[in-house]
Amino acid sequence: MTDDDRVFKALADPTRRFLLDRLFARDGRTLTELESELDMTRFGVMKHLRLLEDAGLVVTRRSGREKLHFLNPVPIRLIHDRWIDKYTERQVSALANLKHELEETA
Amino acid sequence: MTTMTEIQTTQVYQVFILASPEQIWEAITNPDFTQQYFYAARVELKNGRRMAYGPGGEIWGDEAILESDPPRKLVHQWRGQYDPDLAAEEPSRVTWEIEPHEGGVTKLTVVHDQLEGAPKTAESVAGGWMYIISGLKTLLETGKPLKS
Repeated sequence: MTDDDRVFKALADPTRRFLLDRLFARDGRTLTELESELDMTRFGVMKHLRLLEDAGLVVTRRSGREKLHFLNPVPIRLIHDRWIDKYTERQVSALANLKHELEETA
Repeated sequence: MTTMTEIQTTQVYQVFILASPEQIWEAITNPDFTQQYFYAARVELKNGRRMAYGPGGEIWGDEAILESDPPRKLVHQWRGQYDPDLAAEEPSRVTWEIEPHEGGVTKLTVVHDQLEGAPKTAESVAGGWMYIISGLKTLLETGKPLKS
């Protein structure tokens, strides 16, 4: 699986997107904190966090005795640079060409 | 549940780059590299300080280096001297961790923390680091800067 595959797979699940949204709202949370917001077993939440970590969307760091989970937005940015920019650029240039042609014939 | 986003006083950014730790160290400390992805800033380590200059030679950063262990770790202060509103806030801290991974890939982690006294800086750098790190990866892997 490529890096992109892992990111898309990780994002293709509502629970994992929910976890990312919770970290976006407040970063650096423990498993216990994240678990308290979900109607799911601790093991289930751990599994989802593991997939997010494998995709690089979540990075864990130790702080004393606690393991804190941080949202890492870089893979999403890379997907954006790789996929979104490319297609929106074509639209923009198509519009620019259209404008150019219309003005030429006017 | 709150919909407001709190100020993130510790921000973590991580990326895997197909490059050696030495190449990454070079890319974050050599002004000819940094100006290609770091908002055109020319960054250099000089006399125990991390200096950043704008395109006209103006000082964008003059930061104390707290730890330097080439090519693995660089820790320095951060004050947003490129913007008076940010410069007025308390200094925060930036840590660059460079760890070899596998298959010629190196893991770069940037932690911007101690942002408790710098809420405007925290908000301002959040998008900036993503852009910088994405640009750094592109530059090292393709030899070309990201299109702006």
